Amino acid sequence: MVDKTADPFIRLENVRKVYRTRQEEFVAVGDVSFDVAEGELVALVGPSGCGKTTLLKILAGLHPHDSGTVSIGNQSTAFDPAQDIGMVFQQPLLLKWRTILNNVLLIAEILGQPLGPARDRARDLLDLVGLGDAHDKYPYELSGGMQQRAAIVRALVPDPKLILMDEPFGALDALTRERMNLELLRIWAESQKTIIFVTHGIQEAVFLGTQVVVLSAGPARMADHFSVELPHPRTLDIKTHEHFGDYTRRVYKQLGME
Amino acid sequence: MIKGVGGWQGGDTANTVRRIGLGVVVHLLLLLLWYLAVELGEIPKFILPSPLDTVATLADAHYRWGYNSWVTIQEIFGGYFLAVGVGVLLALLFSWSKTIEAGVMPLLLSFNMIPKVALGPLIIVWFSYGVMPNIIIAFSIAFFPIVLTTARGLREVDPDLLDLVRSVRGSKWQTFTKIQLPGALPYIFSGMKVAAVLAVAGAIVGEFLGSDSGLGYVMLQVQVTLDTAAMFMAVLLISLIGVALYALVLLLEHWLVVRDARVQ
Repeated sequence: MVDKTADPFIRLENVRKVYRTRQEEFVAVGDVSFDVAEGELVALVGPSGCGKTTLLKILAGLHPHDSGTVSIGNQSTAFDPAQDIGMVFQQPLLLKWRTILNNVLLIAEILGQPLGPARDRARDLLDLVGLGDAHDKYPYELSGGMQQRAAIVRALVPDPKLILMDEPFGALDALTRERMNLELLRIWAESQKTIIFVTHGIQEAVFLGTQVVVLSAGPARMADHFSVELPHPRTLDIKTHEHFGDYTRRVYKQLGME
Repeated sequence: MIKGVGGWQGGDTANTVRRIGLGVVVHLLLLLLWYLAVELGEIPKFILPSPLDTVATLADAHYRWGYNSWVTIQEIFGGYFLAVGVGVLLALLFSWSKTIEAGVMPLLLSFNMIPKVALGPLIIVWFSYGVMPNIIIAFSIAFFPIVLTTARGLREVDPDLLDLVRSVRGSKWQTFTKIQLPGALPYIFSGMKVAAVLAVAGAIVGEFLGSDSGLGYVMLQVQVTLDTAAMFMAVLLISLIGVALYALVLLLEHWLVVRDARVQ
């Protein structure tokens, strides 16, 4: 399992969320506990109905939870839930009527950040993710992978401390998805952000994560949680590493897919 | 809102010219067919006047084409833009308050079921003859589709997009100005296109019901004398006004809505 540090950036303890209908209770998130140090990339993996998206929305402050504690921020790093969360969804959710540059400025605008510096940051970040020629294009002129890169840049422009990603590459084809995984690792290394990454891809979770949290469904609960001791920076070669196979087998086993 | 990059650029230009050209040619062909049918078919003038007879009525001062067209233009455009303004405002109100929508929408539906032609005599009792009652009739027919499409456009927002704004504690006003309203614009335009046709019909119905000027009034006047050529001319002018209104809406849409966002 994972060692507990004294003062983690994020700490979840027995977080539980239950939806109630008139007849029955439905456990959406069941007793999830884990710590995240600053700068980690934690993968939450599990089948649909395991509560991974709900957990992400609890972290984002969009849903309340019923019991347990969620704390973000620590002694060394203050955390403001309004300013310090960036979100990326399965769909890029770019605004059709805005150019890519104006799209990635949306959150900075809403936060009321000075637009001059934000625009400079946006330009640099777009260049960083290979969208250097796309600043003045409209979303429909970009491929799905490029749109999702823009969505990641939109989350990065306001310079949040935590980025929450909900199956961000789930709608992309397999090859683009591999490429985006490498891209994400590069962006993560350069930006040093803490990232929580929800996926149903077991290989993807092990490949990306410093830690993997395995959630299972019916009822929703935390099935496993481990650190991934694979070297950084990671390349596709990692996937042939014997430990990579061990980790993925471990997750398959926990999800009853042996 | 920003102008689209597409539309009339690059490879599209030749295509657009060809499409417009084809449309013009078909119009001219119909005109020729009409001319030949009258000339060769020996159809009586009071059934089908030739295009030349129709255009010739323009020279006859007693129809007062200029004045009567101007009256009809005021009725159509007045009723139409009133409908756009009131319709969009009402839909905005609905998107701000579910209570207002739940209360007022059923009433609007009931009102919309009233045949506007049936309201005509009443409107004339209330407002007498003139431009004003016909503006009101055009407005009452045109405004409903605008309310419906605008309200729908304001509702059609991806829930994840709302979460994105909520996650950074964006205000309702920011959601509205940055996401809902520009997102609803294509829907507003699709309602405006439907409404343009209805406004023309509304104004003319108003003139039929009771008026002392306008192109619809001219048609009723010349009906008694079987002056079919003048009736054709009136219909032609009414259609031209309608086409001009529609073209104006298309032009506005072209300026304001990015191509990909347009509702086809």
